[in-house]
Amino acid sequence: MSTTALDLRTYPLRDSATMLRRNLKRMLRYPSMTVTLIAMPVVFLLLFVYVLGGTLGAGLDGTVAGAGGRAAYANYVAPAIILMTVTATIQGTAISIAMDMTEGIITRFRTMHIARVSVLTGHVLGSVLQAVFSLVVVIGAAILVGFRPKAGPGGWLAAAGFLIAVAYALVWLAVALGQVSQSVETASNLPMPLTFLPFLGSGFVPTDSMPAGLRWFAEYQPFTPIIETIRALLMAEPVGNKAWIALAWCAVIALGGYLWSKRLFNRQG
Amino acid sequence: MASTHSPAIAVTGLRKSFGDQVVLDGIDLDVPRGTVFSLLGANGAGKTTTVKILSTLLGLDAGEIRVAGYDVVRQPDAVRAAIGVTGQFSAVDKLLTGAENLRLMADLHHLARDAGRRRAADLLEQFDLTDAAGKPASTYSGGMLRRLDLAMTLVGSPQVIFLDEPTTGLDPRSRRDMWQIVRDLVAGGVTIFLTTQYLEEADELADRIAVLNQGRVVAEGSAEELKRQIPGGHVLLRFGDPEQLDAARRVLAQAARDGDALALRVPSDGSLSSLRSLIGLLDDRGVQVDELSVHTPDLDDVFLALTGNPTKDKVTAR
Ligand SMILES: Nc1ncnc2c1ncn2[C@@H]1O[C@H](COP(=O)(O)OP(=O)(O)O)[C@@H](O)[C@H]1O
Ligand SMILES: [Mg+2]
Repeated sequence: MSTTALDLRTYPLRDSATMLRRNLKRMLRYPSMTVTLIAMPVVFLLLFVYVLGGTLGAGLDGTVAGAGGRAAYANYVAPAIILMTVTATIQGTAISIAMDMTEGIITRFRTMHIARVSVLTGHVLGSVLQAVFSLVVVIGAAILVGFRPKAGPGGWLAAAGFLIAVAYALVWLAVALGQVSQSVETASNLPMPLTFLPFLGSGFVPTDSMPAGLRWFAEYQPFTPIIETIRALLMAEPVGNKAWIALAWCAVIALGGYLWSKRLFNRQG
Repeated sequence: MASTHSPAIAVTGLRKSFGDQVVLDGIDLDVPRGTVFSLLGANGAGKTTTVKILSTLLGLDAGEIRVAGYDVVRQPDAVRAAIGVTGQFSAVDKLLTGAENLRLMADLHHLARDAGRRRAADLLEQFDLTDAAGKPASTYSGGMLRRLDLAMTLVGSPQVIFLDEPTTGLDPRSRRDMWQIVRDLVAGGVTIFLTTQYLEEADELADRIAVLNQGRVVAEGSAEELKRQIPGGHVLLRFGDPEQLDAARRVLAQAARDGDALALRVPSDGSLSSLRSLIGLLDDRGVQVDELSVHTPDLDDVFLALTGNPTKDKVTAR
């Protein structure tokens, strides 16, 4: 009996690039999803700046530098809206993962000798790119309604890197959520709490104004240091240690999401 | 160790349960290279479960399985590199076009860009999809989707191909197209493991057939061998009313209902003497028979003899 040397090498980078191309094509084919995902943070932006901004801005006096009012509130709320853009994007990730799982093409990938993780990394990279695109649109809209970031080129660069890290971490979580969902419906609901988490933090009003229990939660939940870091970077304020806390949270979320996703993907159905 | 002389598929003592439900209860299969093997069974017999286990999608409870010479549990990567699977449910990306789906497969098999495009174009041509190549797969008919699905499976030139109910739900023309495709593939030297609910399909395509019933292989052999396992064909008796049918049933212990029709199938070798005694038996009791026809054996009869159930209840025969 002759033994033939079998070449079973895998090519994770090449396969991930292939899967990324597939996901980008799917996004272009189905642009209504991207539009919906961008619309949500924009609606919240308009609502908070124009409907609530005058009143909420007045309440900022003393807590935040600068005068109160609508203009000050636009500056205050923009980082929360920016984070919301990321959470909206990952809702799309969960939905497209769940759609994939029901469509059967994933089953085909599982029977093929490919770098298995590429099925997931393709989605992750696609979603991060989608988040970047959405962020550009939403930040543009925020500037149109009065957001006046003070960051220089360095600040913008740091903010961009930081936002990509946040998106990357949350996308891995969404990949797991999309896989545990048995239906597209569930997949669109599961990440919903993430969409509302910025409200229970320093995203829309300073935490000082909250009752004690809620304030404790608001100060320690991961989105608060993330929002504060975005705010500090874009408004050219000192970042302090909150950036490290935020990045630590991102690392934990990314690693947890990655391991959970990988386990879900490798389980035998 | 993969020897080129090892069988394409060798299964011994395969068992699989879902909770308390035993789906596969000790299956043995042996498929030589370059042949078509058909696993025939009713809905729920365990065909898809078998295909999933053989194609590394699902774990097994017990047994030894080698596909293309590799152990499915210990060498799943080697198995995956050797097989192509077209499952029961469509596994194409419906948002992509036919050509894009095929190029996706070419990329995943690491074909060079030009080679990949050529392979995709050839397969589109071969499967009569060239005109639809640029349209999203979501606009394809059932038959076109099936063809695209199979074309995607072939991009990597697999040695062993699994087809799980490849023609279920297709119109007669598309079914015939699919049969021709399978014949062409075998002519090219690959091994095909095909599941079906249709006796006719197994009869048309398979070199060997295994009948799966209640978790076991109840018969295995070529269509001819299976037909030889029963003495002969059957006599089909049609009745005008249920009373006559019941009366005949009381006389003929081996008779089985033919679906919902007012008709009975009586195993028979079709010889004059056996017909004479059958008619005599019915005449003695005064049973009124509207119509009598003699059927030479086909796989339907094999199923009837093996499972004691008329095939119409168990397997769809057409
Ligand atoms: N994942 C599963 N969990 C529980 N039961 C299952 C699962 N998959 C299949 N079954 C059961 O196993 C039996 C065989 O199913 P299947 O292999 O799909 O049959 P077939 O393909 O021959 O129609 C059925 O009774 C089905 O309900
Ligand atoms: Mg099935």
